[in-house]
Amino acid sequence: MSDTGIGSAVKRREDFRFLKGIGKYTDDINQPNQTYCYFLRSPLAHATINSIDTSAAERAEGVVAVFTGEHFTEVGGIPCGWLVTGKDEKPMVEPRHPILAHGKVRHVGDPIVAVIAESLQQAKDAADKINIDYGELPAVVDMKKALEGGGTAVHDEAADNMCFDWELGDKAAVDEAFAKAHHVTKLDLVNNRLVPNAMEPRAAIGVYDMATEDYTLVTTSQNPHVIRLLMGAFVLGIPEHKLRVWAPDVGGGFGSKIYHYAEEAFVTWGAKQIGRPIKWVAERSESFLTDAHGRDHVSHVEMAFDENGKALALKTDTLANMGAYLSTFAPCIPTWLHGTLLAGQYTTPAIHCNVKAIFTNTTPVDAYRGAGRPEATYLLERIMSKAAAEMGIGQEEIRRRNFIKPDQFPYQTPVAVVYDTGDYDASMDKALELADYAGFGARKSKSAAEGKLRGVGFASYIEACGIAPSSLVGSLGARAGLYEAATVRVNPTGSVSVMTGSHSHGQGHATTFAQVVADKLGIPMDQVEIVHGDTDKVPFGMGTYGSRSLAVGGSALVNALNKIIDKGKTIAAHLMEASEGDIEFVDGTYKVKGTDKEKTFGEIALTAYVPHQYPIEQIEPGLEETAFYDPKNFTYPAGTYICEVEIDPATGQTRIDKFVAADDFGNVVNPMIVEGQVHGGLVQGIGQAMLEFAAYDENGQLQTGSFMDYTMPRADDVPSFDVTTTVTPCTHNPLGVKGCGEAGAIGAPPAVINAICDALSAYGVDHIDMPATPEKIWRAINAGEKPMAAE
Amino acid sequence: MPEITVTVNGKAVTKTVDANTLLVDFLRNDLALTGTHVGCDTSQCGACVVHMNGRSVKACTAFAAQADGQQVTTIEGLADGTELHPVQAAFKEAHGLQCGFCTPGMVMSAVDLLATNPSPTEDEIRSWLKGNICRCTGYHNIVKAIQMAANEMSQKAAAE
Repeated sequence: MSDTGIGSAVKRREDFRFLKGIGKYTDDINQPNQTYCYFLRSPLAHATINSIDTSAAERAEGVVAVFTGEHFTEVGGIPCGWLVTGKDEKPMVEPRHPILAHGKVRHVGDPIVAVIAESLQQAKDAADKINIDYGELPAVVDMKKALEGGGTAVHDEAADNMCFDWELGDKAAVDEAFAKAHHVTKLDLVNNRLVPNAMEPRAAIGVYDMATEDYTLVTTSQNPHVIRLLMGAFVLGIPEHKLRVWAPDVGGGFGSKIYHYAEEAFVTWGAKQIGRPIKWVAERSESFLTDAHGRDHVSHVEMAFDENGKALALKTDTLANMGAYLSTFAPCIPTWLHGTLLAGQYTTPAIHCNVKAIFTNTTPVDAYRGAGRPEATYLLERIMSKAAAEMGIGQEEIRRRNFIKPDQFPYQTPVAVVYDTGDYDASMDKALELADYAGFGARKSKSAAEGKLRGVGFASYIEACGIAPSSLVGSLGARAGLYEAATVRVNPTGSVSVMTGSHSHGQGHATTFAQVVADKLGIPMDQVEIVHGDTDKVPFGMGTYGSRSLAVGGSALVNALNKIIDKGKTIAAHLMEASEGDIEFVDGTYKVKGTDKEKTFGEIALTAYVPHQYPIEQIEPGLEETAFYDPKNFTYPAGTYICEVEIDPATGQTRIDKFVAADDFGNVVNPMIVEGQVHGGLVQGIGQAMLEFAAYDENGQLQTGSFMDYTMPRADDVPSFDVTTTVTPCTHNPLGVKGCGEAGAIGAPPAVINAICDALSAYGVDHIDMPATPEKIWRAINAGEKPMAAE
Repeated sequence: MPEITVTVNGKAVTKTVDANTLLVDFLRNDLALTGTHVGCDTSQCGACVVHMNGRSVKACTAFAAQADGQQVTTIEGLADGTELHPVQAAFKEAHGLQCGFCTPGMVMSAVDLLATNPSPTEDEIRSWLKGNICRCTGYHNIVKAIQMAANEMSQKAAAE
């Protein structure tokens, strides 16, 4: 293995510009003659708009133009990319999502008026002069109440506020298994609503060139081609060849920058209306109100076991919050990315999942790091640990008794998916070792001697990544294919430009993808450039989310590289007067087997562009290949996390003393980057478990609308981690990789809550909802039974 | 409108600014030093940390006029050309950054910490970083990077 090849912890090539402060994020970009946009947003969660008076704003100093929803009646609404079909073949309710609210506002932050001015301050000052007459309506906030009706509907199309009522699995088989169960464990739980909070707020710049009739949108996106497709085809009616979408350096996404947002469409449309570029940058408070939120499920779960602790069946009933409108991928999150993961790592033979998706007067909810899989993992791993406690089986033991064993792969679950490979005992073994689980008892006694409660929590998660086979997701309602594209351009002097549809917003593609190229072509990494994020440069792409970059984008890259290598063989055979079958490509050199004849990759590249002596009857000059890779299956990363907490019963203050992650991501290209991804995911998961909550009051006001109120994990809230990997390579993609971006956020919440419940078990506490704040823990301790140890 | 003279990254600049212009907007908009970022509007996230007279300040919470006559160092002024400052180099070495957005503020904050406490413990580092939010790294490698830089800088100092 070379020091830059696959498997090497190569330092990142993109770091220099970020460390020097010379990265280029959307807000760092300015256009000649640009204007600034400010969106006046609804302060109410639910109201009719009776009238809007913008006359004073239009006359205000520096104002260029003022637009309202009236101007958008001819323009399409923001489309949803996934059609979920519920019980009885009933399609989801799909109300219009206007660019600017028209007639009604449906959540706090709904944009109503766009003010464009010479400066941002002037735009804001002018917005203050706008008068809107609202007719306030009762807000629909609580999902259970929303379903009960009472006359208040977020959308006229859904009088009961139900978007869809969906199910998966065999209900009769589940009922039969429950009837003969030795033990049934029941659990009600909430998967708390989160705000993704990428550190770079969303931003967009729209430019229209009257000379060429071209539009450009510079935007904070994880998938610029998807935005071009959605906005161009469905909202504004701009054909692809006239619309460039460029996502330059993007400061984190975590899902929130997948979706097409109103502001992007507005600045693109508006730039043509006013004949000048328009720039908009979200303030953090706007991010809180308008970036799609994550999670927000309320679930009832029951699991049936036999006398040996083997799971017989699982049934779940979930209410999933859609918010006020359907965000781009919202309907698939609580359904196909959630119900399909409910087997987890276990052989549970019968599973039934029911999900009712509800409209409320809150910010739309969509994928956030993990997306459906954290929700599935949380309820499954919580109920496994609760069942273990009830049946007097250890958390480790109950999992091992139910694990799918290595010889059972490929494994067909009762919830539609087929796992290709895995070794769940292996990651459990490694986690136990790293956690010094054998020493837990002694540590617990030591804590007890100091008046502290210590608990340990397990979570053995699985996820489905590398989305996804297009025909499969098409049959499930996706309105797009989910392949990825890559172009490899070998330049005449042998350097390589790669155009990938994957997008890096922190993941380090410039390094990882270059490692793959260097490894496959045997050339130095500094001869490789990774180009992404610009629809004018990259042929096509579906972008980065669902831990798919390497599994799907990397596979497209490998396939394109293989085409390059094969074409090079034809050229090399011609140059060395050998048969193509006798040519081998080893370490960047074409060799004639069994001879000392060879040509370097650089010589072949040059020959392709200077084809004086060339197999011109067989192949064209040039050395550039494109591949579209459509995955054959999802990939199934899995692992076991062990969390150890210490709680001060006097205050409820909880400290994570130890956190171990043993993940199977298949093959690893850059272990340094993979570890970094795990660390980041873990802290988002710990944040969900202990700190973060997007709280709405009964009027639909977001009470946690800034970093003053929404508790982001900070450096002193979290520990350092012990992370390791085990490897069962993915069997169906060329790199054998599975994806690592979301694992931490999926596995951490149940590990933390299981540890807290274990610590509090002496008080009879068997569940605590997230976020498990010191206050909640203190209340649970004080409402509970006397500790058995104290008697 | 006040006229201010600020020494930014070693160079004196004189500009007329609105009295309510924030230091971060002055740096980004008037001087095109866009390495200093704005990540929130409540002085919480620390993406905008710069140094004023060698100490870290949140540039979103200072007026440009307050920098009149002062020495301001931004992330662009920390390194000597392409040679990275030891803290920058350690962030790269320890993979202490991912998307890069919080990084300038993190680095400037860490440089200030090491100026006052050359060999901080992990707890001291974590406590110091309370005013800088990172959503990508989980802080693990940021802490490692600062420890690495501390070692590097104290070894260098001992050798001199």
